[in-house]
This record gives sequence, C-alpha cells and structure tokens, in this order.
Amino acid sequence: MKKKILPLFMVIVFGFIFIVFYKGLEDSNIYTPDTKIKNKIPIFKTKDFYSGVSLNSSDIFKFDKNYLLNIWSSWCVPCRQEHPLLMELSKESKIIIVGMNYKDNKKNAQSFLKELGNPYEMVLVDLDGTIAIDWGAYGVPESYLIYNNKIIKKFIGPLNQQLINEMKLLVK
Amino acid sequence: MNFLKVTLIIFLIFSFKFVNADEQDKRNQITKNLRCLICQGQSVYDSDSEFANSLKVLVDKKLNEGLSEDQIYKYFKDKYGEWILYEPELNKNTYILWLLPVFIFLIGGAIIAKSFIIKK
Repeated sequence: MKKKILPLFMVIVFGFIFIVFYKGLEDSNIYTPDTKIKNKIPIFKTKDFYSGVSLNSSDIFKFDKNYLLNIWSSWCVPCRQEHPLLMELSKESKIIIVGMNYKDNKKNAQSFLKELGNPYEMVLVDLDGTIAIDWGAYGVPESYLIYNNKIIKKFIGPLNQQLINEMKLLVK
Repeated sequence: MNFLKVTLIIFLIFSFKFVNADEQDKRNQITKNLRCLICQGQSVYDSDSEFANSLKVLVDKKLNEGLSEDQIYKYFKDKYGEWILYEPELNKNTYILWLLPVFIFLIGGAIIAKSFIIKK
C-alpha cells in the first residue's frame, strides 16, 4: 500500500505542475495595459509652454468639463499622424484639449505647432518625462479623457477616427 | 593645524563619496527590480529607452524626497500595476508561485530522507 502511495502522489504533483505550466502557455506574455481606469488624475506641477509660468494641476483641470490630455513631442512620428484628428476635434466645443510637450526642444515643438496647427487650449511642459510617469504613460503619443478630475479612458498610441468616435460617444 | 585641516578635507571628500555611492547603489537596486514596460525582457536599469530614463530620474527624485524602497515600489505598482515589479508580492494571485517551490523542496527532501532511512 505504502509503495503505491508515493508514485500516485508523484503523478498528482507532476500533473498539477503540468496544468499550471500549460495554463501559463495559454496566457499572452505581451503586456497589455489597462485602458479603462477610473483613477483620479495625479497632482503635479508644471510650466506653461509659451509663457513659462508655473502651474498646478488643480489650476488646469476644472470640474464638470471634459478634457483630453494629449502627450506629444515634435520628434514623435505617430504624433504627426494623429495631429490632423486633434485639429478636427478641437473644433468641437465639448472637449478641451490640453497638450503636454514630452522631452522636447522648445524650438522644434514650436515649429511643429506652426507647421501642423495648434489644437491645444493650453500646452504644458514635461522636460524630463516624470509628469508623464505620474499619469502612468508609456511613451508618446498617449491621450487621457478626463471628466471631474477622473481619467475616463486612456488611449495608448496614436488616435484614429474610430477612437475619436468612441471618445465622442463617451463625452455625450 | 594644517595636518588637521588636510585630514578633515580628506575625511569630508571620502564621506561624500560614500553617501553618493550608497544612493547610487540603492537607485540601481530599485531600477533592477523594475521592468521596462516598453522593452521586452529588460529591466529599467538595463534599458536606455525614453521611458526607462524617465523612470530612473523619478526614482532619484523619490529617493531625494526620502521615500523608502517599498514606498517607491508601491508608487510604481499603483501607476502601472504589479507587472512592473520583477519580484511580485505575496498575495492571492501569486501564492502558488511563492509557495510551490518551497512545497516541492520539502516533499523532495522528505522523499530523499525517507529513502536513506529505509536503506540504512
């Protein structure tokens, strides 16, 4: 009887390990971040892109208004792609677009906006990329839909027409 | 008197060096345990991506603010989730990961011990 218990036990243990690893294989190991988060927006200090005046996050985002915070940079190619969509969206009065210039050279950023237009109500500066991390960003471009100081939805990567439509539905 | 001054200066220089080295060590230790989320299979310490570089700057800032290692991990966990930590914490999702090796080790030990006792 004793001799039978050990092999049976080993089979059970190996079977269990096999199931754990097999389940692990089914999971994708490519990290997919959450995009639906009802987190409060971070509290941060920044500067205005044009005037250089210091700003607190509470001065920027007011209650009862929809904001789209767009993290962009002049060296980022996908930002160039999404820019016309932002220009179009800026004509809508329901969403206030706030830009955050990420790790950029001021001159280059200025000529980027001159060339493609400025869809932003306000442009903020993040010189060392730490404010973007406060927002939980991975890189540029990234956009956050904000209402009542809460992040309604996070858009990772360049925006496209479908995402803009989705955004408009959420704002309604 | 001069001798005293020189010794004092040397002492100060060395003590500053140690302070810096300590901070550097701590920062390296923390960034080695943070996963660079946009580069596959690299830690923040190893990576030179924009994301990793910003994270390094932020770790420095947090250390200067006086935050402890655990507080810094918690901050990044809140922002990016458990995945950013290379060493996951013990909780209901990870207890198998932590306890299974111990369990197997104990059982293996018991089997070996038992077979030795039987042989003797």
